[in-house]
Amino acid sequence: MTRPGPVVFAAFYLALVAPAAGQSGFGDAEAGAKVFRKCFSCHMVGPDAFNRVGPHLNGIFGRRAGSLEGFKRYSDGLKRMGADGLFWDFDALGAYIENPKAFASDTRMNFDGLDDPQERADVLAYLRQFSASPANIPEAAPTAMPREVELSEDILALQGDKDYGEYLSSECTTCHQLDGDDQGIPAIIGWPSEDFVVAMHAYKEKVRPHPVMQMMAGRLSNEEIAALAAYFEGLE
Amino acid sequence: MKLNRRHFMAASAGVAATTLAAPHVYAASHGGKPKVVVIGGGAGGATAARYIAKDADGAIDVTLVEPTRTYYTCFFSNLYIGGFRTIESLAHSYGTLASEYGINVIHDYAVGVDRDAKTVTLAGGDTLPYDRLILSPGIDFVDGSVPGWDVTKQNAMPHAYKAGSQTELLKAQIEAMPEGGLFAMVAPPNPYRCPPGPYERVSMVAHLLRDINPTAKILIIDPKEKFSKQGLFEEGWNNNYPGMVERIGPDFGGNNVSVNADEMTVDIDGSVEKVDVCNVIPAMKAGIICEAAGINDGNWAPVSPHTMQSRADENIYVLGDASAQGDMPKSGFSANSQAKVAAMSVRAALTDSKMFPAKYSNTCWSLIDTDNGVKVGASYEATDEKIASVESFISQPGEDAALRKQTYEESIGWYEGISADIFG
Repeated sequence: MTRPGPVVFAAFYLALVAPAAGQSGFGDAEAGAKVFRKCFSCHMVGPDAFNRVGPHLNGIFGRRAGSLEGFKRYSDGLKRMGADGLFWDFDALGAYIENPKAFASDTRMNFDGLDDPQERADVLAYLRQFSASPANIPEAAPTAMPREVELSEDILALQGDKDYGEYLSSECTTCHQLDGDDQGIPAIIGWPSEDFVVAMHAYKEKVRPHPVMQMMAGRLSNEEIAALAAYFEGLE
Repeated sequence: MKLNRRHFMAASAGVAATTLAAPHVYAASHGGKPKVVVIGGGAGGATAARYIAKDADGAIDVTLVEPTRTYYTCFFSNLYIGGFRTIESLAHSYGTLASEYGINVIHDYAVGVDRDAKTVTLAGGDTLPYDRLILSPGIDFVDGSVPGWDVTKQNAMPHAYKAGSQTELLKAQIEAMPEGGLFAMVAPPNPYRCPPGPYERVSMVAHLLRDINPTAKILIIDPKEKFSKQGLFEEGWNNNYPGMVERIGPDFGGNNVSVNADEMTVDIDGSVEKVDVCNVIPAMKAGIICEAAGINDGNWAPVSPHTMQSRADENIYVLGDASAQGDMPKSGFSANSQAKVAAMSVRAALTDSKMFPAKYSNTCWSLIDTDNGVKVGASYEATDEKIASVESFISQPGEDAALRKQTYEESIGWYEGISADIFG
């Protein structure tokens, strides 16, 4: 793995920014915005972005891996790579999103990866717009990504009962480990409750594909989902 | 007498001191804290003990009786045969349940239940009083179900359906097969522990033989018309182990089989076959303590779908393989799921904790070949009559390699998850 310093970033930025977007080998930010839909159930980017299941991606280019302040769910491996000097650049991010688990075996990013180099270049071109560097930050960028599922304000406003959530969680903990271990099955502790609610409704409405989760979520009421979200949000 | 939590903690310390001083005096009377005795430290019993102890927070005295100090999970034991797991990776001990949850773990056999006196007798001679008894003994074998075989023949013809030394023995026998030899499996009739288990085992034996003895053959002698995940397994055998696996169903005499362990022969509907390894998986019944407790109807112990309480005795709960509950398969996942409902019901009966409606679920993963996992699962609800399937899913034939790999990786995650959920 290469660990380029800032000089290499600068050289790379010139290379990326100079050619016309969409040309083969270089990313098209507009196409990348569509590719980013695969990411936005966990990551936000843009002016009002905040941390969700994954860290927000403003300023990701040039950021030290595993270092965003306020984000607590980095894997040990990513934090260590950051401490060892890994800064996110086009190559490193490209390698990471091509096959996250190959790049950082203990990563909590539960994503299979993007095989297509053009898709990777596109999404990185899109993300590049939200990283500080000379004259390339849009003043008003599209940030409000649609949710995976349309949920009424009532559902989102439900305050879950943590105790009830703890009882219900026994059905989750057959597979999802409370210590945050996530080999093969994602960790679900410490998720922002809104993300948890959106994810569960996405399974319930079969927008997300996993059959076990569709079945488990399919028979949870709105209140039960809120209760589980409240319970798991409080776990570290 | 109503106690708050601080009182319970103090009482608990007192009990611990007494226990240290006189380890064989488990309790003098039924006074004091309510007592739960759990028989069987597998996916059902250990989960129930852990959840009751954890959630009751000292208010209930929990005793777990399990003969073995090291428990080998039956689930994933086929993967040991296939070379994907070590036997050590299937081993679990009871240290955490004892030290972190305050469960009194006794390594002994339960041999009798006096339902009137509400006591359990152990082989070592001790008697344990209970307010609620949870029986999760797993399976035993039905005598005479495969003529010529009984447990005294299990070294010549292993069942390997209780994991541990039997599993190791079976694998050693397969590894010692002569070149081009024959592995035979006598498959069990319904209902039995782990419906896909025999067929996952065939896949894992094939995987092992393909590496070390590729001209060897596998013969399944099966009394059942059809079996769990049949399409998926048969597709896998055809694609990955072509020509290696043959199955004789009941239409060709698979339901009329006897064995001779001295001669190492199998008689299939009158035709005698010499075999090199014979894995006899006999017909099954509830672990014999259920029979001793007099709560069986036929081979299994019927339970209330709402709570897992025995239909014969509301002070007794039956979990997992031993129970007759309806639509759930006999699996570790099912037992773990049922244990949580039972734990909630026990706590509601003995303390003032809340009772919520029962929910059950199950998923069974099977491995066909390297990175080729499949799964089947369902969710269940309690009706008055039975635990009834609500919704189900199954892996599809022809799935791409990436999905099969993901399913396998998920199964590894599940093993870690459920192990932590069972043993703490």
